[in-house]
Formats: sequence, structure tokens, C-alpha cells
Amino acid sequence: MKVKVLSRNPDDYVRETKHDIQRVPRNYDPSLHPFEVSREYTRALNATKLERVFAKPFLASLDGHRDGVNCLAKHPRSLSTLLSGSCDGEVKVWNLTKHECVRTLQAHEGFVRGMVVRYCGSSFFTIGDDKTIKHWKMEAPGYGEEEEPLNTILGKAVFTGLDHHQKSAVFATCSHQVDIWDEQRSTPIRSFTWGVDSFSSVRFNPVETELLGSCASDRSIVLYDMRESTPLKKVIMTMRTNTISWNPMEAYYFTCANEDYNLYTYDMRYLENPVKVHVDHVSAVLDVDYSPTGREFVSASFDKTIRIFPKDSASSREVYHTKRMQHVICVKWSADSKYVLSGSDEMNIRLWKANAAEKLGVLSPREKQAIHYSQKLKEKFQHHPQIKRIARHRHLPKVIHHQRNELRVMKEARRRKEMNVSKHSKPGSVPVVSEKEKHVVSVVK
Amino acid sequence: MAKVSKKNSHKKKLMVSCGDPAISEGDQQLLYEDEEEEQGGMDRAEEETMSSEEDEGEDERKRQKLLEGIRSLGGKRKKALGERSEAAGQMSEFSVNPDGGPGKVQLSDLIGSLEKTPAVPAKSKKQLKNLQRSKKTIESPLSKQETERIQRHTAFQKAASEVSRWDGVITQNQRAEQLLFPLNRDPAGPRPVERLVVGWKARTPLEQEIFALLSANKQPLIDPILTPAEEASVKAMSLEEAKIRRAELQKARALQSYYEAKARRERKIKSKKYHKVQNKAKRKEFLKHFEEMVRMDPAVALQELNKMELARMQERMTLKHQNSSKWAKSKAIMAKYDEEARKAMQQQLEMNKELTQRLITPLNDDDDEEEEKEEAAADEADMLPDFVNNAVDGRDASNPWMKGKLSAEPAQQQLSDALTEAAQASVSEEEECQAGETEEEALLGEFNSRRKLHQAQESDAAGGVLPEEVTEDRAAAVESEASDSDDSCLLESPSISRGRENVLKETKATDHSERSALMEERLMRIRTVEDLELLPHEPSDEPSQPPTTKAPPSEEKHLSKRKKKGIELKEVLTKETKLIKVPFTPTVTDSEDPEAKIDQRGLIKEAFAGDDVISDFLKDKRRKEDEGKSKVIDLTLPGWGDWGGVGLKPPKRKRRRFRVKSAPPPPRKDQHLPSVIISEKRNTSVSLHQVHSLPFPFENHAQFESCIRSPLGRAWNTERTVKKVTKPRVVTQLGAIIDPMAEEELLKSNKKVVASS
Repeated sequence: MKVKVLSRNPDDYVRETKHDIQRVPRNYDPSLHPFEVSREYTRALNATKLERVFAKPFLASLDGHRDGVNCLAKHPRSLSTLLSGSCDGEVKVWNLTKHECVRTLQAHEGFVRGMVVRYCGSSFFTIGDDKTIKHWKMEAPGYGEEEEPLNTILGKAVFTGLDHHQKSAVFATCSHQVDIWDEQRSTPIRSFTWGVDSFSSVRFNPVETELLGSCASDRSIVLYDMRESTPLKKVIMTMRTNTISWNPMEAYYFTCANEDYNLYTYDMRYLENPVKVHVDHVSAVLDVDYSPTGREFVSASFDKTIRIFPKDSASSREVYHTKRMQHVICVKWSADSKYVLSGSDEMNIRLWKANAAEKLGVLSPREKQAIHYSQKLKEKFQHHPQIKRIARHRHLPKVIHHQRNELRVMKEARRRKEMNVSKHSKPGSVPVVSEKEKHVVSVVK
Repeated sequence: MAKVSKKNSHKKKLMVSCGDPAISEGDQQLLYEDEEEEQGGMDRAEEETMSSEEDEGEDERKRQKLLEGIRSLGGKRKKALGERSEAAGQMSEFSVNPDGGPGKVQLSDLIGSLEKTPAVPAKSKKQLKNLQRSKKTIESPLSKQETERIQRHTAFQKAASEVSRWDGVITQNQRAEQLLFPLNRDPAGPRPVERLVVGWKARTPLEQEIFALLSANKQPLIDPILTPAEEASVKAMSLEEAKIRRAELQKARALQSYYEAKARRERKIKSKKYHKVQNKAKRKEFLKHFEEMVRMDPAVALQELNKMELARMQERMTLKHQNSSKWAKSKAIMAKYDEEARKAMQQQLEMNKELTQRLITPLNDDDDEEEEKEEAAADEADMLPDFVNNAVDGRDASNPWMKGKLSAEPAQQQLSDALTEAAQASVSEEEECQAGETEEEALLGEFNSRRKLHQAQESDAAGGVLPEEVTEDRAAAVESEASDSDDSCLLESPSISRGRENVLKETKATDHSERSALMEERLMRIRTVEDLELLPHEPSDEPSQPPTTKAPPSEEKHLSKRKKKGIELKEVLTKETKLIKVPFTPTVTDSEDPEAKIDQRGLIKEAFAGDDVISDFLKDKRRKEDEGKSKVIDLTLPGWGDWGGVGLKPPKRKRRRFRVKSAPPPPRKDQHLPSVIISEKRNTSVSLHQVHSLPFPFENHAQFESCIRSPLGRAWNTERTVKKVTKPRVVTQLGAIIDPMAEEELLKSNKKVVASS
């Protein structure tokens, strides 16, 4: 008699060892997987919703300062170290992982105006309202030792900005002029003046390390080359620039934070027009810092918010605010591009995620894949109205919301007026001025 | 007394100097001398004469007279010399004024004396003369501001050009599909202990001796670390370069073996016909090639020609085609009966004729003998393309053999990429499963896959046209039917094509798409998924913007109202229609010749000659109207509160009572439009999810649709494709510090450019 039995070869479905991957039989026949667009659309919609639900950017607040935080400095070699200087002359060194202050020192009398860590990370410089530049060791003094700077330089005027060269023992300060200092000397090796101004900040280009940019109180941004005896060029804008920040991946782009609520990205070779005007803030922008990937930057504003802009987008992709955060004076993007740090008037330093909905920590490969997939789906369906609507939604405090609306109305009115003027005048007599051109007064060679 | 006299003399001096302002300095000096003498005289005569003031007055007068007399002796007046009238710092005592004046010293004055002095060398005399002759003056230096401006300009130019070096890197990064940060990652894996342990020193004399010896010979001090020479060689070739090079070599080797295998296989084929055909083809190919060569490189062509001539001579000498061979004889016997044989003979004779004629024709042996074949095979092996042996230049675009994976096809346009991705995926999969097989097979597989890829691309290109047509058709249909609105698909966006018509609308749409990147900032907080549903559906910007395009429609309304009076639906349509000839708009573009078109038109005319389109349309419209009209619904239940059963009807009273008339629908929009049916059944729930304007990077809606249509998930794609498709644009490492871009990146990109060019 013949008995028919279903039989399967275990080789087909049993793993040799438990460390092998399970074999997953698949059939890619499209008729078995219908409605692909609708299904993916639903997935994208869900992913977008979840992203908004999980968007919790605020991580921690570091308190301990007894006055507003005036400047921040990140450590070039250690991610967990942060330095902050406050308006009472105190400098604190923080451990970010533990959220605690490691060291406190009274660096200056009056404000700490600027602070920068040397490129090697072994020491840092501070400047203050007491007209001094102080050079400090990074390690805390041993038990019983006095907290003393390695070196103190007494200047003639109050220094307002400070930055260190990327590779050599040279730093730059600004006061009524821009000075280049050698660390070993007590007088500047070079000083640049161009008219009588007072400068508010100076920054070295991180890529082309010999170039600097500074912004002056006469509404100008001045570029320098450390090797030359004269400044390079100057662009005068309609309002004062507070800070500039160079793109760390693209040598000739820098972004400046302006008093007229906007940020401007310039190509240093063509200062006639900014490459991009970044709008969205409703008050003066006080500080700006590029992400180390060079693709985004974060700006701090007097309107009590922090905004993150993609470098080539006119509007921000993210706005961060909390109820208790006052005017944000300084902001930094962490060196691993995952976090944003902000120091504000009400004595706190806040730690934010750079991507609000990002899951932190080590991810399993499957998690990673799922995230990448949903990211791509969101990108693919980003133009669909429902998804766009959800992805774009951000909560804003009432005050800022109203201010923004007000600004919009004003802008619209201005635009309408311009249109009317051009409509009722001889054709060609009223030139059309683009938004980019409006903000530059002149370029001085 | 002396004092008095001194005083007097002073007075005198003053008088003199004041009284005669024109007096020269020389005279003054003279005067001083006189005075001194006088004084001396007076000192000496101090005791003897008690001079009085009157005496002095007399003396004065005399002296003046004397002086005048002396002056008059000279005849002409002396030159008035410059006088010091006020305090000047640089007043020279040699009467040379800073402001030139009459006493200006010329160069010639100074050089004049040089001519006579023999001590001065002739050369310098000559130079001085030349100097005197040239009248040019050196330009005065620029002002400080101007020099600074120039300096700034040059410095800026320098800096700008320096910065522009980064152009390549920056554009490369902008275009890159994926960016990995930090840029210079350390190679994975453990580092040697020797590198980590530093500060070890040789202490014992033996150790020191050994280390001295080692260092003297430039040998590595610690075992696994490379010698300087080795390190240099490692540095010279980076990992990627080495990988590329290795891959190239591998490929070349594979190709060579493939060629060899092919040659071997062909040599083994016994079919004479095959070889004949093969040879013929080769000859043809060669001829073609030769013509080209004549044009391009005459010298080489000449050599080839000579070679051919030699071959021909040999051929003639062998008498192969003289009908004297064994084969020919046998054929001659068979020729009587066999057509084939006769043909062969004929050919042979022709060949002979050709050979015996003194003509330069390229001629390869087309013999069938074994040795010849071997030769041919050997030739074939020789004729391997050069790159097989070189294997360095792997990026030859014209060379179909080198278009493999390794040469890293440049990034195509994203959309076309998306189209071909599926094909590529299948390719890559095949590759994967073939990894274990032999090189030859792998190569064959690769060729196969490439062919497939080509086919896929072609079909895609065809397919790219097809959906467009389809959508066009659809759009046309939609327009003609005035949007029957049953398009349930999410992506179909008929409004795109419609939106194009209205320029204003379009500009608004572009505005909208621009704003799509904007965040929608509101007062509402999102905490749960349910909150998301509550978000307002319309973008907030729209209500704020005043409706600018409202005016024209209202005007139209007025017009239509006015017109309405004149038009009576039934009248218009029941009247005899005027025939207006309107050219047919082609719904489908066909590439056929115009005659066919006309024919077709005629055909259509013929076909629809008997159709009464208007009455059909009217019927249609009436039906639609009737559907929308309110209906009477009968809600009577037979047997409810009454007897029920077969043949029993509910009473009239009840029927009347339970008959309900639904509310009349709102008036139809096409009520007064005779030739239009407006359907109001649009599915708003679907339109909420539809894209209403073409988003920015896409150029037409076919593109956009194809992009949306290609799924990304793993149910539709292979694992590898999914990985490739969902690759994130920027990758950062957790806890890794990203340093700013360094010079090395510039060098790297330069190297890449050099390698690719």
C-alpha cells in the first residue's frame, strides 16, 4: 500500500545554529501586495503624527549661575564639557552628561564678554569688562591651590569679542579695533582698524583658518586676513549685526545674526547681496552657531526662542521655547551635531535635542532601519496636504504668535504699498528691489 | 660808561636794521664788524675822551655818508638778498630758501664743476649727464587712503581666490547622495598596542645598543610597525585607491581569462561553416576598421596594407585556389551532380581570379584547414583589447567592457535613478548570489545583467512616455465630462493641469509650494495623536490673504445673469443647429503621416453621421436632473396595525400618512446653462488627501506621479534595494566629534577628480 504523506526537508527551514538569521521566505509578486501607494501613504501619515507626538526637544536645564549667562564655549576635544560665563564675571565648567557644574571661578569683574577654548582643549581664554584677557588652565587647581590664571593681559579698552585660531597659538579679540595676539606675547602682533567703530564680535574661519570676520557697531561686517596688514572688505547693512558664524564645512559661507530680526548668509566673495535671508524671528537675533555638519544653524533671539534653520532655507525648520526661558543671549551647537545648548538671561543653560523627535542612545539595527524608512516616507509624501499640515505645526507662545502675525501684516502692507507705487508711476521709474538687496547699504572696498 | 656805550651801540644797531630794511645780510655783517671795531676803539678811548651824546650823533651822520659814498662807487645796486623777517626753522644760512625763489640751485650748477675735476670717473659723469638731460619727474606717492584701498583690493582678491579652491569640494558635497560625518573616520578595528603605549625607553646598555643599531639602519623599533619606506608607500596609496586598483586588476584578469576561455572554446568548434562565417565577419570588421584607420592614422594603415599585401602574396604562392588541391578535384567530380559543389567551385574560381589580378584588396585566409584555424585562434588571442593588459584606465566611456560597477556610474538624475532602481536591484541581487561562482561565470552573469539593465532602461524610457499619454487622456476625459469626480486615487491631481490655465492661480500655487517649507506656528500644543486630527485643515495663510481674484468671477456672474434673460434652454436646443466647422482637437497624438490623419477624420465623420449628439446630451442631462430631484418615499409597512396577508393592501389612509417627501435639493448649478452638465458629486474626503499643485522639484505631473508610485517598503522591494533607497542623507556618529573641514579634504577631492578624468 502506498501512503502519501506531506513531507518537508528541515534543511529548508531550520537554522544550523541559533546565531544564524531566520530565513524569511518572500514573494515579491506585486499582485500579492496591492495598494502600495495607499499603504505607504498611511504609513507616512502615521510616521509624521508620531514624529510630532514624540517631539520633545528639551532635555535639561543647568542652573547655578547667579546672573544672566553671557557666553558659552564648547570644548573641542570633549563632548561632555561646556564652559559658560555670566554677567557677574563668573565662569563655570559643566559636565553635560551629569548635568552638574564641575568648577566655578570668578574670572572677571563685571561681565564675562567672551570665552574660547584653545584648539587643544588644555586651556581657555576669557575676556571681561575689566579690560583684561585671562588665560586659564582647563584642569581645576589642586587642593589648597589658588584659582589663578596662567596669564593676564591688561588691555586699553574693554574687549567685546574673542576667538581662537583653529590650529596655531594665535587668538583674536575685538574692542575698538580687531587685534591678533600671539599667546606668548602681551601685545597684539597685529591690529586692524578701519574707521572708528566698536566691534561686537570676531570669528575665525574654521576652514580657511587665516581669515576672520567681525561685526562693528557702524552696522558693518568686516573681513580680515591674518597675514595681511589691512582688512579685506566691508559690507554695511541697514541694521547692526550682532554675531557672525562661519560654516565649518563650506569655507566661504558665513551667517550673521542681525538686529532687524533676520539672519543673512553671505558668500564672502560676493558681499553685494546675501545668498539667503533667513526670516522668522520676531525680535533681534543675538547669536548664531553652525552645526558641525555645516548643513544647519541655530539662532538665539531676544524674542525668547531658539530657531534652527537649514542653511539654504529662508524659514526655520524648528522653534524651541519654554515658559521660563527669557531672552536667549548665546547658543551653541554641540560638536557631535546632536544637541543644542542655549544660555539665557534668566541664569540657566538649556540643553536641547537638535532633532526634536530623534530617539537618543544606541539603536538596534531594526530600529535604525525603521527610522530611515519612515524618514524617507515622510520625505516622499511631504507635499500631501495632510502630512504637510501635521509636519509643519508648531506651538508658539501667545506673545510671539501675535507679534509674528503683526509683522506679517506690516510686511504685507509694505509690499502692497510698493506695488501701488510702482503701479502708479511711470513704468521703469520705480525699480523692483528684491528682498536680498534691501538689506545691504553698500560694500566698501 | 661802558655799559652806556654798549647800550648806545645796541640802539644804533637797531636803528640801522630798522631804518634800512632793504639792507642785505652781507652788509649787516659788515656793519657788525664796523660796530665791533667801533666798540673796540671806544673801549680803548674810554679814558681819554669823555664822549658826549652830541658827538655820537655827529659820528652817525658821517658814517651814513661814508656808507652811501661806498655804495655809489659800485655803480649798480647790489642784489637784495632774502631777509629773515620771521622765525623759520629751516632757514639756511646760505640763503637757499625752501620755497625756491631766485636763488634756486640747478643740477647743472653742481655738475658744471665736475667736468673739470679728473678725480670723478667718466662713467658717473656720463650718468650725471643723462640725468640732467631727462626731464621726467617722479610722481608723487599716492595718498594713504588710496594706497590702503589698493592694498585691501589685492588682499581681498588673494583671499577670494584662495577660498575658491573649495568650490569643488562644496559642490561635490552638495550633490552627494550621502554624507558621512565625521569626515575622517579612523579605520575600524583595534589599534596596535605599540601605538597606544608611549614613553617606553630603553634602559639597559644592551637595549640601548640594539636600539641604536636599529635606528641607525632605519628599522622599525617595535615589531609590527612599518618601516619608514613602507609607511611612505602606504601613504602614497590610500585604501580607496588601493581598492579601486585591485578591483580594476581583478576585472582585467577576469576579462582576460574570459577571452581565453572564449578563444579556446571557439577553437574547439569543428564546424567549418562556423569558422567560415566567423572569418568573413572578422574580415568585414577589419575592413571597416581599416577605412577608419586610413582616415585617422595613415602611417599605421600603410603598415597594415603592407601586411595584407604580404598575406596576399603568400596566398598566391600557395596556389590554394588553383583548383589543383585534393578538395578541388573531388569537388570537380561532384560538380556534375551537386549544386553545392558547383557553387563552391565557382567561388573558388572567383577567388582565384581575384587573387591573380594585380589588385590591392585586403584578404585574409578563409581556408578551412586545421592549422589555419589554430592561427586564427592565436590571432584572436593577440587581438585582445589593450586595456585587458593595461587595466589602469578603467573609466573609458566609449568602451562597453569597462562600464561595469567598479567604474562607479556617475550619479544619474534622481528620477531616472528611481526608475531604474528596480532593475539595478535585480542586478545587484544576481551579483550577490553569484559571488561564490567562478570568475568566468561571474563575468558572464555581469554581462547578462548589464544587458538586462539596458533592456530595463529602454522599457522604462518607453514606459515613461506611456503614463504621460494615459494621464493626458485622462485629463481630456475629465475636462470633457466636467469632472465626474470618481477618481479615488490619492495621487491623481487633475487640478494640476487645470491650474496651469490660470496664471494668477499658478503664481499663487508656486507661492504656496515655496511656503511649504514653512512651519505652521500656532498656539495649539500637540500632545497626542488625537490632537493632530484637530489641526485646522486649511493653511492659515490663506484667510489672511485677501481674495484678489474674486472680482472677475462676480463680473462673469453678472454677465451670465444678463445673458440668462436672452437664453431659453429649450428654445436653443430644439432649434435647428447651425453647423460650425471646428477642427477636431486630436486627443491622442499620433506620429503617422498627415494623409492618414485626414482619412481618419473622414472615417470618424462617416461613422458618426447618424448620431444625434444633442438629443443624447439632453437626455443625459434630464436623467441627471431627475436623479437629483426629491423623491417620495413610501414607508408603509403592510400588516402593521392591521391585517396582513396575500392580496391585502394597507388602507389608503395609512399609505397617505406614511408617504414622505424628502426635502428638495439645492438648485442645480447648471440650471441655466443649456449645454453643460455640472456634477456636484465630488468626493471631498479624498480631495483632502490629494496634492493640488505640482511641488517644486518636479517638472511635470507624470514625474511626480511616478515618484509617488514607486514604493519604498520591503514588501515591494528586495532587502538591498530598501537599504539603498532609504539611505539617510546625512549620517553622524553618536558621540563622535565632527571637526571642521581640513585641507586634506581638498587634496582628497583633487585626487578623485584626477582619478576620474
